[in-house]
Amino acid sequence: MKSVEQIKAAIEAAVPGAALEALTNPGPSAQHSLLVDPQHAPAIARFLRDDEELALDYLSNVTGVDWPVKEVTEKVKVTKTVDGIEQSVEETIKRTTGGYLEAVYHLYSMRKKHGPVTLRMRTINRTDQVGLPSLTPVWRSAEYQEREVFDLYGIVFSNHPDLRRIMMWDEFKDYPMRRDYVEPDDYDYEPTPHDDVLAKARAHQQRLGASGEEISQ
Amino acid sequence: MAIDEKLRIEMGKQGVFVTTLNELYNWGRKNSIWPMQFGLACCAIEMIATTMARYDIARFGAEVFRPSPRQADMMIISGTVTKKMAPQVVRLYNQMAEPRYVIAMGACAISGGPFKQGYNVLKGIDRYIPVDVHIPGCPPRPEALLDAFVTLQKKIAAQPLTGEGRPRHLDENGTAEFPVPVQGEHDLEPPSNPTQWKAPFVIL
Repeated sequence: MKSVEQIKAAIEAAVPGAALEALTNPGPSAQHSLLVDPQHAPAIARFLRDDEELALDYLSNVTGVDWPVKEVTEKVKVTKTVDGIEQSVEETIKRTTGGYLEAVYHLYSMRKKHGPVTLRMRTINRTDQVGLPSLTPVWRSAEYQEREVFDLYGIVFSNHPDLRRIMMWDEFKDYPMRRDYVEPDDYDYEPTPHDDVLAKARAHQQRLGASGEEISQ
Repeated sequence: MAIDEKLRIEMGKQGVFVTTLNELYNWGRKNSIWPMQFGLACCAIEMIATTMARYDIARFGAEVFRPSPRQADMMIISGTVTKKMAPQVVRLYNQMAEPRYVIAMGACAISGGPFKQGYNVLKGIDRYIPVDVHIPGCPPRPEALLDAFVTLQKKIAAQPLTGEGRPRHLDENGTAEFPVPVQGEHDLEPPSNPTQWKAPFVIL
């Protein structure tokens, strides 16, 4: 099977204008992924499925990732002129990463028996621009899984045949797998808590009084 | 009850059988409890195993599992009760005719179990409906479910027909219908039934 770089080159040749990025996975599994831009994603998906050599006809998993905004401080060596002499000086640079939601697709080939190829698609931000194109027209197995990603992360997939919540009920308002999800406080009876559950149960008891038996809204 | 046990056995040996109306009534009820076909998760597999040849719950009277709640006497809550399913469980319980009993099978039905901190897990079905027997286990073995069934039979046998502690169908002030929780925007509303369940106080 081709490596990620080769797949990237093949896609760029077949789908003009596609903006791709190969993201390396530093772990020992070395499963690198391909960051795909949302505009060309359906065309890229169709190419990956129909290409004779790749033939990625099986989408095994769609999942979501929430990347909250994070400040990262890095020490970078920069050449600067100090006192008239050019030196390389260490500088700490602060930058922010994240601030988007991401959908990750794992693709296999049943015909050629190779895989996985990992695709990633990122939204613009985590608040109002959370749309991505749906790959259900290309791989049918994305239908329920994209519904799950919509239910738990809030990514709205356009061109999805039936986008509604699948695990939570329809009137539910939050997105449980996001990092800023606040769960309802039903820690009124915790017989053997420890660690953070103990902290939550204690906070619950303090909030409702020492007896903790009145359940108030 | 009204007669000494040894005397009763002696008379039984002579062919004279004495009983009370209470005992006869409860004997008929407890030896013929028909459960409802209601399985939610993994504990349902153990419940199915209990109905099969090796452990055979039919020997104890649970001859058929009725698919309709109208015809069932007992509901075995086997498996995790999710918040999405909880209103339906309460609705089915309301549709059962008295006398009706509930067995909470497994850790998830008792208190939420290993998935207690999940965003969709109800922390125990006894927050909304009265439970008669709780079976701990994850999952409990079929023998444990049979033991719970026998415990329920003993509980039914001990119920008086008049006075304090009589079953709900003989009590005109008994609760007939339990309020069905509404699926609100962030949680079930109410999160528990206050007349049904009060959180026991735990010193943390």
